[in-house]
Amino acid sequence: MQQAELASEEARVAAIWRDKPGLWGFLTTVDHKRIAARYIVTTLALLIVAGILALDMRLQLSQPGMERMGPQRYNEAFSLHGSTMLFLVSVPVMEAMALWLVPLMLGQRNMAYPRLAAYSYWLYLGGVLMLWVPHALDVTPDLGWFEYPPLSGPTYSPGHRADIWAQMITFTEVAALAASVNVVATILKLRPPGMTLARMPLFLWAMLVTSLMTMLALPAVMLATSLLIADRLVGTQFFSPNAGGDVLLFQHLFWFFGHPEVYIIFIPAVGFISAIVETFSRRPLFGYTVQVLALISIGLLAFGLWVHHMFAVGLPRLGASFYTAASMAIALPVGLQIFCWIATIGSGRPRYDTPLLWIIGFIVTFVLGGLSGVMTASAPLDLQLTDTYFVVAHLHYVLVGGAMFPLFAALTYWYPKATGRMLSEWWGKVSFWLIFAGFNIGFFPMHILGLMGMPRRIYTYEEWTGWGTLNLVASGGVLIASAGASILVANALFSLRGGRRAGADPWGGSTLEWDCASPPPPHNFPATPVVESRTPLWRQEHAQAVMTGLSLKRREVLITSPGEAVPEYRQYSPGPSIWPLLSAIATGILFVGSIFTPWALVWGSIPVAVALIGWFWPRPVKEEPR
Amino acid sequence: MSESSQPHDQASGKLRPLRVVGSLSSLPDNVIGAANLNVWGVVAFMMIEGMGFALCGAAALYLASQGKGWPPSGTAPPDLSFGIAFTILLLASEVLNRWVDRKAWAHDLAGLRLGMVLITAVGVVLIGVRALELMHLNVRWSDNAYGSTIWLLMVLHTSHLITDVADTAVQTEWLFRKEIEDKQFSGASDNCLYWDFVVLTWLPIWGLVYWMPRFWGGS
Ligand code: HEM
Ligand SMILES: [Cu+2]
Repeated sequence: MQQAELASEEARVAAIWRDKPGLWGFLTTVDHKRIAARYIVTTLALLIVAGILALDMRLQLSQPGMERMGPQRYNEAFSLHGSTMLFLVSVPVMEAMALWLVPLMLGQRNMAYPRLAAYSYWLYLGGVLMLWVPHALDVTPDLGWFEYPPLSGPTYSPGHRADIWAQMITFTEVAALAASVNVVATILKLRPPGMTLARMPLFLWAMLVTSLMTMLALPAVMLATSLLIADRLVGTQFFSPNAGGDVLLFQHLFWFFGHPEVYIIFIPAVGFISAIVETFSRRPLFGYTVQVLALISIGLLAFGLWVHHMFAVGLPRLGASFYTAASMAIALPVGLQIFCWIATIGSGRPRYDTPLLWIIGFIVTFVLGGLSGVMTASAPLDLQLTDTYFVVAHLHYVLVGGAMFPLFAALTYWYPKATGRMLSEWWGKVSFWLIFAGFNIGFFPMHILGLMGMPRRIYTYEEWTGWGTLNLVASGGVLIASAGASILVANALFSLRGGRRAGADPWGGSTLEWDCASPPPPHNFPATPVVESRTPLWRQEHAQAVMTGLSLKRREVLITSPGEAVPEYRQYSPGPSIWPLLSAIATGILFVGSIFTPWALVWGSIPVAVALIGWFWPRPVKEEPR
Repeated sequence: MSESSQPHDQASGKLRPLRVVGSLSSLPDNVIGAANLNVWGVVAFMMIEGMGFALCGAAALYLASQGKGWPPSGTAPPDLSFGIAFTILLLASEVLNRWVDRKAWAHDLAGLRLGMVLITAVGVVLIGVRALELMHLNVRWSDNAYGSTIWLLMVLHTSHLITDVADTAVQTEWLFRKEIEDKQFSGASDNCLYWDFVVLTWLPIWGLVYWMPRFWGGS
């Protein structure tokens, strides 16, 4: 086929995949890139807001005897900070990155279930509003990021603070489940011809494992919070010991989710790292098979870990020790992975651009965090350190170093693809060094504070404790990091217009997303790529092998077999629709209503049913496209 | 039109021409069975919900093992009769369900319409029997943790039952519209798969709700 003929075909495809302009297009779009972009922007906005909250806490703790916050305000602050960071930032941002990247890495035009992706975002937004609108009205959950009964039960927590926390979880978890189902189906059924499982980029492996883990882990926390709400709302007795209930049931369910949660955040980060290390080392990743096996074993271990609470420990030693036990078992597979990355960099021709700097920052920080984890995992030390600042230090080393640094690496790496513009390298490096240094100055002293006995979750302390100096250093470090974060944001905003034009493949990447234009057009690719290796863009021939033949009249994606990616059939791909938004609103009304009356579950399900019927209403093929 | 641009690296002028190696146009535009994309969605949701069922079951076993009586003394276990009636009817519906699935695979529209109408009707009857079951559990959810758990299991299964019956009814109505699409047959087959799930999950729940209190016994 002639190039000219291909171009005219592409023009027709482009017309089918384009959204309507304006607000209507915004509300109805099922373009995975637009949905993911708003997902990512929302999570980053919350990262900033919850970060400012943390800065506020650090100011409060910078000197002994400060009176800026009282105990109640401080409780609210760390509950809001922790809940936001875990449920509204870390988990959703990884899913959002997957929604954006997975179809592009697969050479596809959309996710498997485009409307489900839209629904996922709107529900997630509902979760954000669920936590932050009441906060604006001064009804803030105040029991930390896990709210144990009996403290959170009807007796000790009247009012709606605990309900709000519980329903925020429901919103975000349903959103996360919807996204995970979509990611799994897309990775298994929408791979391009030739991309067998053994040729799949590691990022896709990482997202596959993460999404499966999400699907198995999240029902537990939803059950825990639903039972809590039932106890509070309709007087069930699941957690009341004097009526045959048991408060530990909540903890078991919560940690059945809580253990895997850390890996659900961390494994996508592993995917980012592998992609970036490969590109910037300019050689195929060392130890691909080892990496895949390590990913899978981390996934399995994550659930195995919870069992040690049930059998080995007898009584659950939960909460703080969870992070440490997690880092113990993770040590072997993660150690292998770190070895593979270092071997790749060492044997390649590395280019130390900002994304790779973030990765190196990750490795340093994560190894330090891992060491402190191994320390606390020894029993006598653990008793000493549980619920001290040692734990605060450790969990931030793991979460910030292990997930946020790779995320920043990913954002700087794929920014040119998403926007068509390069970030400023110079300012990128400045922000990296400020955040990296500030973070370590800010959080390393907390290890020592923990050893000195400073407990976590206290709103102030007294002069004689001698904790003042180190706390001042810690707060100073956080200020430095904040300056770096501001530069990072400014860099991203200015580069949107002012950055150098990126072109399709500014870094010389190895995977398919670098083959489409930057930013990718609504239909992503002109034709279906055919893949012949693990690094399809590092090929001998100049021209990309493609297959044509998807419909030029309606939206279609290619469905292939899960193992060998053999083409099976052409699947109609649903177009823009308002129903996902309406369904999310109906679901939201049901969730919010059920805080106040159990009848919301009955009456609220009617609009949900109506919206879902509208969503799935079959349209004769000729009505498509618009 | 900017969207029609080739994936060429315009900034650097680097050109990536395409090399057409085949065409997908001869592939079918829908299939029925395991290759169908929507089956994977149904299976994924069954996996999530199956996990939910398993966790509820685990919670029931956990609470029952606390040694505070299952049921607590003075409470009678749920009446067997309606539970047995429901189970028998449900198992019978599964035979019908498999028949409907075969009609869907055969693209036999008349047979499929009949089957879907029947299964909807059976579903409505099942919901009626379920209501009777709920009236004879012999415990309120607020009485004690035992009661809460029994109701949890029943509500969980009932919500799936109602959802699937409603879904079947809607799909049946669509089958009577003038224009039938090929994907409605695979959709009906997906629905049959989900009915399998509703039937299969009932069996352990039936055991937990009706038989465990009888065999585990009081404290
Ligand atoms: C650099 C910015 C950050 C600063 C300055 C910061 C600071 C703090 C502070 C002061 C606390 C309260 C400690 C206590 O009193 O016990 C805290 C708790 C916490 N932070 Fe951060 N944090 C930051 C970023 C993050 C990030 C990115 C995450 C997650 C991805 C995170 C997750 C948590 C969690 C889970 C808690 C525990 C909340 C609880 O005790 O319930 N933080 N943080
Ligand atoms: Cu543990």
